[in-house]
Amino acid sequence: MRRSVSVVILATVLTIGFVGAVEGRRGFALSAQEKMSTMAVQIDNFSFGPVALTVPVGTTVTWINRDDIPHTVVSTDDSKTFKSKVLDTDEKFSFTFSKVGTYPYFCSIHPKMTGKVIVQ
Amino acid sequence: MSEKKKDELLNDHNHDGVDRRGFLKCMAWAGTGAFCVMKGGVLNSYSLSRVSEISTADMMGELSFVQISDSHMGFNKPANPDVAGTLKAAVDKINALSGAPEFMLHTGDISHLSKPEEFDTVDQILKSATPKDVFYVPGEHDVLNDDGKQFLERYGKGSKGAGWYSFEKKGAHFIGLVNVMNLKAGGLGTLGHDQLEWLEDDVKHLKHSTPIVVFAHIPLWSVYPEWGWGTDDSAQALAYLKKFGSVTVLNGHIHQTMQKVEGNVTFHTAASTAFPQPAPGKADSPGPMKVPAEQLKSVLGITDVNYIQGKQALAVVDSSLA
Repeated sequence: MRRSVSVVILATVLTIGFVGAVEGRRGFALSAQEKMSTMAVQIDNFSFGPVALTVPVGTTVTWINRDDIPHTVVSTDDSKTFKSKVLDTDEKFSFTFSKVGTYPYFCSIHPKMTGKVIVQ
Repeated sequence: MSEKKKDELLNDHNHDGVDRRGFLKCMAWAGTGAFCVMKGGVLNSYSLSRVSEISTADMMGELSFVQISDSHMGFNKPANPDVAGTLKAAVDKINALSGAPEFMLHTGDISHLSKPEEFDTVDQILKSATPKDVFYVPGEHDVLNDDGKQFLERYGKGSKGAGWYSFEKKGAHFIGLVNVMNLKAGGLGTLGHDQLEWLEDDVKHLKHSTPIVVFAHIPLWSVYPEWGWGTDDSAQALAYLKKFGSVTVLNGHIHQTMQKVEGNVTFHTAASTAFPQPAPGKADSPGPMKVPAEQLKSVLGITDVNYIQGKQALAVVDSSLA
């Protein structure tokens, strides 16, 4: 079975692409929306990888289930800040973190699987 | 592991620290489930794949039933792209038993993704089984996305709370428990306060000699907590059953057969009818075990339980064919 390896930076590329595409905008401060990036957490071998992910405010984190077994991504706080539907193999769930803080989460089907997103 | 060895007992579980209270015996075998015979309050179980080796006398009882588990209808990956086919094969085995079992227990993970069509398929296949009554408890795969609403509508008539209930058969008291709801981060299976209170009340009036059969999805003993194979508050449940001479606990979830005897309690886990999972700690994760196609059926199965009413409750003894 594949071992989860690392964070995949997917869409910082988007930001770079945007800057490059808009001629003459270099040197201007980017708006918050333009700075937004996406990072991914791999679900593999009944674990989240990386277990702890640190991202800047405004980052969209996408979880991708690479296991043969379905999993969920559910924040541990009482108000369930984020809660995915069940993710079958290769299905994804995304959540954008707009506030600084530490967000522990787990798989509600396999509660031994835990992770956290640290938003700075 | 050689073909022959697979049906033999693996006595390596007594080194993994899973037992805390008077561990007597713990054994596991991979095979086509287990056939269980209860005589005088004593439950014996046999691998269904070797049922032909059991004498007719051993198979006779005043009450017999079959346990099936973990059908995972909808699963379609290696090592089993045809979970409907293997469930049908399990039904064929049940129908071929010489003494027709009176009913079936399904210890959860009926479906893989809680989809209506998955439940429909299982219902359809089980209709062809000789025993017409099926008693269900949910697995975590049956309560996805809707907190078990659909499960309750389909299978939970007359049950309490998230689907727990009890019933009597020929003097034995059967208790179906739900330990897959409201799971907490980092934790194991959970019964919860309400269900424990109900259980205490449910068994209060029973004579100590009443044989008790408890069935639930996740094991009610610590098989391997590192993989979530246990139930956080099972000790409380078992405490309510201490007074009984014979308690049998039937679980699924771990897709392999295991037995353990602890005082008055015999624990059994059933094989899956869909796909096998590795022995505790023997792989990086509890994900599906991929086995060659020709070996698949040897690691899937059903459990048949046969109970002979006794005048007194006795300590529980395990039997195996190995």
